[in-house]
Amino acid sequence: MKRVYVNEKWCLACHLCEYYCAFANSGEKSMVKALKNLKINPRIHIEEKNGISFAVSCRHCEEPLCVKGCISGALSQKDGVILIDQNKCVGCYTCVLSCPYGAISPTETGVMQKCELCTTNASGTPACVKGCPNGAIVFEERGTV
Amino acid sequence: MKHIIIGNSAAGIGCVEGIRRLHPDDEIYLLSDEKYHTYSRPLISYLLEGKTDLERMKYRSDDFYEKNKVTFMPGERVVKINPATKKITTESGTRLSYDDLLCATGSSPFIPTTPGYESVQNAFTFSSLDDALALQEALTEESRVLIIGAGLIGLKCAEGIRDLCRKITVVDLANRVLSSILDEQTAPIIQKKLEENGIRFLPEDCVASYKNGEAHMKSGKVIPFDILVTCVGVRPNTELLKTAGAKTGKGIQIDDHSRTSLPNIYAAGDCTECLDISSGQQKVLALLPNAYKQGETAGINMAGGDHSFKDSIPMNAIGFFGLHMITAGTYEGSVLDKSENGNIKKLFYQDDLLKGFIMIGDVDKAGIYTALIREQIPLSSIDFDLIAQTPGLMAFSKKYRDETLGGVRYGY
Repeated sequence: MKRVYVNEKWCLACHLCEYYCAFANSGEKSMVKALKNLKINPRIHIEEKNGISFAVSCRHCEEPLCVKGCISGALSQKDGVILIDQNKCVGCYTCVLSCPYGAISPTETGVMQKCELCTTNASGTPACVKGCPNGAIVFEERGTV
Repeated sequence: MKHIIIGNSAAGIGCVEGIRRLHPDDEIYLLSDEKYHTYSRPLISYLLEGKTDLERMKYRSDDFYEKNKVTFMPGERVVKINPATKKITTESGTRLSYDDLLCATGSSPFIPTTPGYESVQNAFTFSSLDDALALQEALTEESRVLIIGAGLIGLKCAEGIRDLCRKITVVDLANRVLSSILDEQTAPIIQKKLEENGIRFLPEDCVASYKNGEAHMKSGKVIPFDILVTCVGVRPNTELLKTAGAKTGKGIQIDDHSRTSLPNIYAAGDCTECLDISSGQQKVLALLPNAYKQGETAGINMAGGDHSFKDSIPMNAIGFFGLHMITAGTYEGSVLDKSENGNIKKLFYQDDLLKGFIMIGDVDKAGIYTALIREQIPLSSIDFDLIAQTPGLMAFSKKYRDETLGGVRYGY
């Protein structure tokens, strides 16, 4: 299946992926309305230090520890994409305990959020990839993780 | 092939999903002594708190059994397994034969022998949906509740019923709350949070006897109560397999393929004991993620595959009144205390490995530490100072990042 891959060589640490992610998942039509004067809470995060930077989001593991460990059954794997049903999530943090990449984080209401490859929002394909100005994030078929 | 699964929680469901990964058409019979569609046991406190409901706490969708072609037999308690004839018998007299069997019978609350316990009017335990519904039914705004045991179950129960009663007192033999997962330095933080929310904690005490709606404590204190909830611990349900001749310790003994000592019989979940790789000891790791993975492992092997689960460790994510904590592994070796701004982070390391950690408050990306323990990653191969400060992939080698984030495969 197609996944989001990052090439840290091309990452500029511009954080645009974080803004595009937050916008795509805001449900708003206007980027200004979605982001202006708000602290964004995206599902992709840039790590940066000493000139190295890269974006981290859900790897959509074939053997997902978050799904197997989810105590409520809120996390599931559908056609390879790991989805979260926020209506079922109780915010127990077992997925935060389980994810080896730190790719699941809480929303403002305490239930969890994660990258769903923009399959459940209006973007349709990953907004971080579309918004990356330097091609450091791509959406490709490369085999298993 | 015909598979029988005894148990309808995480391990049993994991087994169904494991079998179906390989064989879409093998016969599966799933028996449960409960009458419910599969539900999440750890959510019973959230149910009483109003954070979930009977519909949302279903562990899998309504069409789970149908979709997976499972013959679901609710309300059927298995009373006998005969490994020689490969047959089981239920309480109602139903007999079924199997090619492979999974025992995922879970655990039962342990109730210590205390004089006068039988005479207590409203005595409950807190493990199943029926327990929770019965407790909810008995609670009134005027109830004074006494909870015996300040472990994970007792304290989650206290949080869940906080707004449904007048007063909650929690008693424990230990000198602190959550003594199985927190040390003496960190437990008081949680105790304070509970006390701020009106839950009283009585350490280093136990009930000597119950008399006329009062608990007479060993210390001499007398606690009047209307409702009693005993949460001192659970015991693995091993009897069924023990009687059938399987090797048992504290729990049913299984190997990394979830096999018991009996042919064609597997076990998974809270009824078993397994190797904790962080301490090297055999333990009952009664944790949902562990149960699912053991069950899934059993299922794959029952379906003729070859799957092992070799990296069990103790781990818990739990929170009270908005204060979250994540702990994992074993607290031995040297301690690196990175607590700051009211957030607790203690890392325990030994022999170039992370052995365990305690985090309270900011638990962001804690899973990166869990992975260090579970995968036994040599600390000398990463930037330990950096990762101790901030969990992240920056502390790993570029090769690791290229593989995990970039999908680059070296040596292929």
